Amino acid sequence: MQDARATILDVANLTTVFNTRDGMVYAVNNVSFSLKAGELLGIVGESGSGKSVTMMSLLKLLPSPPAEITNGDIWFNGRQLREVSDDELRKVRGGEIGFIFQDPMTSLNPVFTVGFQIMEPLRLHMGLGKKAARIRAAELLELVGIPDAMARLRDYPHQFSGGMRQRVMIAIALACDPKVLIADEPTTALDVTIQAQILELIKELRHKLGMAIIWITHDLGVVAEIADRVAVMYAGQIVEHAQVSELFSNPLHPYTRALLETLPQMGGERAQRLRSIDGQPPNLDHEPVSCEFAPRCKHVLSRCTQENPKRRAVTPEHDVACWWQPGQEGEKDA
Amino acid sequence: MLDSAEEPLVRVRDLKMHFPIYKGLMKRQVGAVKAVDGISFDIFEGETLGLVGESGCGKSTVGRCVLRLYDILSGSVVLDGQEIADLNGPDLRAKRPEMQMIFQDPQACLNPRMTVGSIISEPLFEHKKMTKEERRSKVAELMDAVGLARRFADRYPHEFSGGQRQRIGIARALALNPKFIVCDEPIAALDVSIQAQVVNLLEDLQDKLGLTYLFISHDLSMVRHLADRVAVMYLGRFVELAPSETLYTNPQHPYTQALLSAVPHPDPAQAGGVDRIILKGDVPSPAAPPTGCTFHTRCPRAIDICKKDAPEWRQIGDGHFGACHLID
Repeated sequence: MQDARATILDVANLTTVFNTRDGMVYAVNNVSFSLKAGELLGIVGESGSGKSVTMMSLLKLLPSPPAEITNGDIWFNGRQLREVSDDELRKVRGGEIGFIFQDPMTSLNPVFTVGFQIMEPLRLHMGLGKKAARIRAAELLELVGIPDAMARLRDYPHQFSGGMRQRVMIAIALACDPKVLIADEPTTALDVTIQAQILELIKELRHKLGMAIIWITHDLGVVAEIADRVAVMYAGQIVEHAQVSELFSNPLHPYTRALLETLPQMGGERAQRLRSIDGQPPNLDHEPVSCEFAPRCKHVLSRCTQENPKRRAVTPEHDVACWWQPGQEGEKDA
Repeated sequence: MLDSAEEPLVRVRDLKMHFPIYKGLMKRQVGAVKAVDGISFDIFEGETLGLVGESGCGKSTVGRCVLRLYDILSGSVVLDGQEIADLNGPDLRAKRPEMQMIFQDPQACLNPRMTVGSIISEPLFEHKKMTKEERRSKVAELMDAVGLARRFADRYPHEFSGGQRQRIGIARALALNPKFIVCDEPIAALDVSIQAQVVNLLEDLQDKLGLTYLFISHDLSMVRHLADRVAVMYLGRFVELAPSETLYTNPQHPYTQALLSAVPHPDPAQAGGVDRIILKGDVPSPAAPPTGCTFHTRCPRAIDICKKDAPEWRQIGDGHFGACHLID
């Protein structure tokens, strides 16, 4: 069913490096993914795995220097975003692609009213007049579930709670009916009960507005709940990618498997001891020439330390970047 | 309250901690944030009591009060048979080695200008008369215990990753052989793959040294794994306290039920089937808590009496306590 939909965003072999004083940091390495209209793609990974940098690279939101996109194609709606002019890109940002940031505390401007901040993209991108923008802003606030919207437009961000502020952020991102919404850990700073409210809201808005969403998170629980497809990132690469039910029922990459095993369960038998992943996440100070997960991997093969695995399709909708196959004996297996 | 013959290691009764709010030129007191408002609990030797709740509900304040990092407003805190609520000066200082704390942010709780060795040995400096050699060997011993290589003793905190820094914090807390440790969200700042390492370490240390933990966290699934008993807190008060299994399988208070149902399951097959209770609105301000039951403004099952009378904290099952009018 989903195959019938048009691909709206197609990223191929994206590579972003940071040229810092202490040397190069290879933050995003050869990342490819695509997004269809109306779909929700979850991107999971630990901090430093390149999730956010990938998304910011798409819209050139990273300061350059030090950041530099060295390779890759970003096709959005028939245009190659790497080649469009700054003016045109500015129209895409906040217009056709909305962005929700992690921390609602710091991403709203404290000296402007919330109304002003919601109206800003409306007036710039959609050319609405002041009055029309105000009416639309109130509608948006209502849409994200803030009561008494017209009056609250005059309030400043500090007059809102954390959950409410995140709703304002969502309202701003939705202001111009974006085709794609990129949400960078939008619920990480929130409590579980507020997170549940926001997840519910996003599900509802998806139905109503039919936009495509990229949802970045480190919480596998959240992904299981809302995503259609999931990509798992490690050390700046996508190591596994599949439909959500497939990924959770049949994880193939040792990292995905280990991640799922380390999570304590909310029900059922209580484990005596948590399974942990030994070692530390890798430094990104070199180009990946071997599998970056190999030093922590339970199933490491000699090939893993010599060659970086490419993503190979297991089924048309499930691919994994790993030399090991489930059932195969690794060198540490015993 | 708990009808057990065993004497608890920590006994807290009717603990209150209010922070005054000053306003105006004359700094007159105009109100108080009731961060902790009448809490009673016991922690037995060798056990882990989990303390969960949303941010701003007063979890951390409870931890700090129990360790007497604050001068508490009223109530009693008995640690190992000694009342510490009104201790001061040298008496309190003499009691400090028995109780320690592991902090949330491993970045902020370590002095960036001190080496790891001096961070871990600082409590020894303060509280023990030890020679330099004794201190050095104790530090090495502690670093072994938490899984840090001894040769790192001369390095600085910034050279370590988050998980390793948390290990340094744990080693420092263990330096004086405490009986009781308050863990204030020790894993909240760590990645999933590192969280499990630290939790396993805490469990191993508890087995080996017979430690008693008050484990403060907002991660309900981690608390389920770690704690023997769990207390749920809302706006400065406990709403429910029960053995871990009971609380997670048979929660009685509507807030506990909502909190548990809000946790996303890492399993798409289950995610659809959960009857989720979505709470409306936000946590009210602890400076002006609602009348009656403080939860009634968000409670899906609130009845008239909830708005007027605060429910009594009472036993509702075997080791199971709760404060709600709806529990029979």
